[in-house]
Amino acid sequence: MNSQLTAEILSLSWEHLQMVLITIAIAIAVALPGGIVLARRPKARRVALSVASIAQTIPSLALFGFLVPLPFIGGIGPHTAIVALCLYALLPILRNTLLGITGVDQGVRESAVAMGMTERQVLWQVELPLAVPSIVAGLRIATVATIGTATIAAAIGGGGLGVFIFRGISMVDTPTVLAGALPAAMMAVVADEGLEWIERKLSPA
Amino acid sequence: MPPPPILEIRNLSCSFGSRTILRDVSLTVSEGETVVLLGRSGSGKTTLLKAVNGLVQPSAGAIHFEGKPSTEWDPIRLRRRMGYVIQDAGLFPHWTVEANVGLVPRLENWAPDKIAERVRFLLDAVGLAPAEFRHRYPRQLSGGQKQRVGIARALAADPPLLLFDEPFGALDPITRFELQRHFLELRNTVRKTALFVTHDVREALMLASRIALLKDGALDLLLPPREFLAARTPEATAFLASLQDRGSSSGSEAIG
Repeated sequence: MNSQLTAEILSLSWEHLQMVLITIAIAIAVALPGGIVLARRPKARRVALSVASIAQTIPSLALFGFLVPLPFIGGIGPHTAIVALCLYALLPILRNTLLGITGVDQGVRESAVAMGMTERQVLWQVELPLAVPSIVAGLRIATVATIGTATIAAAIGGGGLGVFIFRGISMVDTPTVLAGALPAAMMAVVADEGLEWIERKLSPA
Repeated sequence: MPPPPILEIRNLSCSFGSRTILRDVSLTVSEGETVVLLGRSGSGKTTLLKAVNGLVQPSAGAIHFEGKPSTEWDPIRLRRRMGYVIQDAGLFPHWTVEANVGLVPRLENWAPDKIAERVRFLLDAVGLAPAEFRHRYPRQLSGGQKQRVGIARALAADPPLLLFDEPFGALDPITRFELQRHFLELRNTVRKTALFVTHDVREALMLASRIALLKDGALDLLLPPREFLAARTPEATAFLASLQDRGSSSGSEAIG
């Protein structure tokens, strides 16, 4: 393997990772508070979950294509890709936050309220700690999926490891495809294992 | 002179939509007594208990706690002055026994060493060796032990009134009997006032100072256990008949 290729793999991997990290950060910032708010509102919850599920069903290549002509959020480049990736990452985090909070044993919740905890104390001291494993599990699903889907960002000039994949496809050159696919797969495995470890560590008792 | 009532329920009614759960219930609980709310499933006894600590809003009538109408109480303050024990204890699974028992004192900002001392005292009082149980998590406890922790938690901030919602309902008969006995001992030592929900007439006769029999959301009878045994309303007769059946089939412990 020549050093030029190695350098390119490293720099595209870094681009890829940045795209994933920014996406996940935004998705957490939206879905986590969103899930907390929606946990108390069953009607709004159904609407939000179906909207997020519908976003999930749009084929990713098509979604990237739809976004390109849009003003502000669209155009060519990584930011458009991040918008699309966020749409996909929202649902798992939102759904698992909701599941985690609403899945807290009713007797436990009732005791908390009946013992004189305020709504805020119930949320921070009881519901959220008990929801953490579920939230991290959602984060794990979102992260692994984002690492994979982010390879398509190259189609709209977003960069990342997809650059190798698209280049390899157009040149009908498998080693070039693998130069993108293997690092992406490794990244996904490491993220999966790492988050699973965190999930176990944070499981209450 | 009789002790002043800690809790006074006046003409309380509760409806959800078109369903009436409680009809015109009046009841007082005086200091030191245990009033048992006895009734079938759906008789409204749990709803009455929840109305007392504001988990359920009454549609008519009034509740006075320590002489003050519940509408004038801050619900958080009100609840912290009432211990609450439910069927499967409702312990917080992510907290140790010590953290569970110390909940209300912590919410009330007691000093940590004072909380630790109180927890030790209470675990002793409910028959759990503090050194052994303090650092355990609820999943490491048996059903009876969980319920003991639940009772210790309810007693933690020394509330003037304890609310029990079928606390021993899910336990095996032997453990239940042990805990009932312990409840009586505890009541004699700490002299607590309690409102206790059950569907078990034997438990009611064993623990009650007075039994409030609820039928379809209305108060059918309010009598001390001895007089309850002689009561002749259809609902009381039905409950007492279940007692005789059970007595003859198991032929075990004495009643009342």
